[in-house]
Amino acid sequence: MKIFVCVKQIPDPNTVESKLDPATKRLVRTGVSLVLDPGDETTIAAAIKLRDSLGNSELTAISMGPASAQEALRRALAMGVDRAILISDSALAGSDVLGTARTLAAALKRENPDLIFCSTESTDGYTGMVPGAIAEFLGLPQLTFAREINVEGTKAVIKRVTQTGYEVVESPLPAVVTIASGSFEAIYPTMKGIMSARKKPFSQLSLSDLGLDPSQVGEAGAREQVLSIGKAEARAAGQIIKDEGNAAEIIADFLQRHQLL
Amino acid sequence: MEMPSHADEERRLLVAEIRRFVERAVLPAAQQLEHEDRYPSELVEELRRLGLFAATIPESYGGLGLDLLTYVQLIEELARGWMSLAGIVNTHILVAALITQYGTEEQRQRFLPVMAEGRRRGALCLSEAEAGSDVQAIRMTAMRDGESYLLNGAKLWVTNGVHARILAVLARTDPQAQPSYRGMSLFLVEKETPGLHVGRTFAKLGYKGVDTAELVFEEVRVPAANLLGGVEGQGFKQAMSGLEIGRLNVAARAVGLARAAFEDAIRYAQQRRTFGQPIAEHQAIQLKLADMYTEIEAARLLLHEAARKKDAGGRCDLETGMAKLFATEMCQRVTLEALRIHGGFGYVKEFNVERYYRDAPFMLIGEGTSEIQRLIIARQLLQRYALDEQPS
Ligand SMILES: Cc1cc2nc3c(=O)[nH]c(=O)nc-3n(C[C@H](O)[C@H](O)[C@H](O)COP(=O)(O)OP(=O)(O)OC[C@H]3O[C@@H](n4cnc5c(N)ncnc54)[C@H](O)[C@@H]3O)c2cc1C
Repeated sequence: MKIFVCVKQIPDPNTVESKLDPATKRLVRTGVSLVLDPGDETTIAAAIKLRDSLGNSELTAISMGPASAQEALRRALAMGVDRAILISDSALAGSDVLGTARTLAAALKRENPDLIFCSTESTDGYTGMVPGAIAEFLGLPQLTFAREINVEGTKAVIKRVTQTGYEVVESPLPAVVTIASGSFEAIYPTMKGIMSARKKPFSQLSLSDLGLDPSQVGEAGAREQVLSIGKAEARAAGQIIKDEGNAAEIIADFLQRHQLL
Repeated sequence: MEMPSHADEERRLLVAEIRRFVERAVLPAAQQLEHEDRYPSELVEELRRLGLFAATIPESYGGLGLDLLTYVQLIEELARGWMSLAGIVNTHILVAALITQYGTEEQRQRFLPVMAEGRRRGALCLSEAEAGSDVQAIRMTAMRDGESYLLNGAKLWVTNGVHARILAVLARTDPQAQPSYRGMSLFLVEKETPGLHVGRTFAKLGYKGVDTAELVFEEVRVPAANLLGGVEGQGFKQAMSGLEIGRLNVAARAVGLARAAFEDAIRYAQQRRTFGQPIAEHQAIQLKLADMYTEIEAARLLLHEAARKKDAGGRCDLETGMAKLFATEMCQRVTLEALRIHGGFGYVKEFNVERYYRDAPFMLIGEGTSEIQRLIIARQLLQRYALDEQPS
């Protein structure tokens, strides 16, 4: 099987305090330390697990981004991905959801994938719309919030996380699958993995390689407009309940009131 | 700007990965493991999986073939999390280096791939109760008996003495030799060999979690094929050259530990307020921070230079001696300054600086004391600057 995983390089959420540029209203991505999205590491782990259980399969990581994004792909290779594709082109700068999905879909289409893994959302933009848009561009079914995934014959079968547990959902292949965050045990690269990453196939594509017109992507093709940005509401202080014999009752009431029970 | 080479780039990625490992797995666990003086089995397993025990073993024998310049940076990262971890790696890498450099081809093939795997780890047995700085005073004997040698004696202070499986043991094969070092040989001894057992272990001021043990040898029969290099009388020189790698390791540990102390201190100095302002605003504290960082940087540069020199081949007593001396003395000063900056909180076990301060002194002693390093350095200098003719 040909399995793909879409990944993204983002400002390191562990060390960088996200800032929005008031002029462009976009996240500041220059001059900060960039890493493979930690959420994508889980998704890669899920894809590796499936590849290994299926056997005779190839896993490719694909990313759209500036040249620096090859570091994120190298990390994916170090984790155990077999091959990487970077789509990089100056005309892609400023792409919105539509442009990003159009570009990734164009690259994926050339590869005839059987399965495409995406994270539910990225840890920087959090729109969560790219996977759905990729599925739409490719005319493929999408399975979402998977916490477990198996291939049975020509079907993908997932356990889909719900508010109360999970439901089993299936679709024909090929399909796009999004992974519920934290559902798969992380895979940490070994030093040997890091060293062999350099020897794995790595290709870089431009817009013309994909046959896309610069007007369809990047700033030029963006349909999404950020109208304004503002501060998130500060979180209200929590409520401390002192146990005078009835704490459990009070907590149960509280949860009930917020429809969490 | 110079473009980073492949090797530089790879080194950066490897070091970054070990830093991530330390932040993810070591920092959250170190304090408790150290206070319980517990062997960190889970962390050792992670080190194994990451490949630390294969680091400098050549690729042709199943290792990663990393150079020492990379190795010392990995060790700095480990020691920044917990100095003891770097000690678990040290004697293993040292013994593997001895086998790589001096072993016969058969010995390399027999030991190195197994060692690279990391389950059978190495320990170095030079010191004895009556022989530390003066290695030539050892009493352990190895007498030829047919196709094997019989080892008798006791080794003290063996780091990893309980957990290691492959021991490099210095013994006298010719007790009559003059000078005595010419009659010494190194043997590769497997821990399971009958007659070999662990004697006492030590409770220490710091450097906890790592086993420091006495190993007792009673009529331990070792095949002649385990004489390092296959020729008697080379052991002392082999051991001394191996210690250069040990000194790089200890210097790297000192840099890592000092860096941890500095990082804690500069954070604390900006949080703690006295007389209406953070103590970091007091000039007396600023002077300390400036000196600490300057000394750490200086030690790291000496260390990297020594590692480069050793990578280039040949002996480098002088460079590794200077790096070890400067880095460990620096670490002693910096950990004390970090403790002072923490005031009373620096003296209690809730804070990491208390551990750093107890971990630092060991490094003044292990792999040759500061006094011995100075002797080594001076001896090299006097050779280098020897007068052509003696003044009359
Ligand atoms: C925790 C720990 C782990 C160790 N691990 C190992 C190990 O794995 N393998 C191993 O073989 N050894 C190991 N050692 C032993 C260590 O290498 C020795 O302790 C060290 O070399 C000093 O020897 P010593 O203890 O006999 O002190 P001594 O040699 O008795 O020295 C006592 C003092 O005299 C000074 N001194 C000695 N000779 C001179 C001189 N000529 N001129 C000036 N001053 C001098 C020393 O600097 C020191 O201050 C370890 C020690 C410790 C504490």
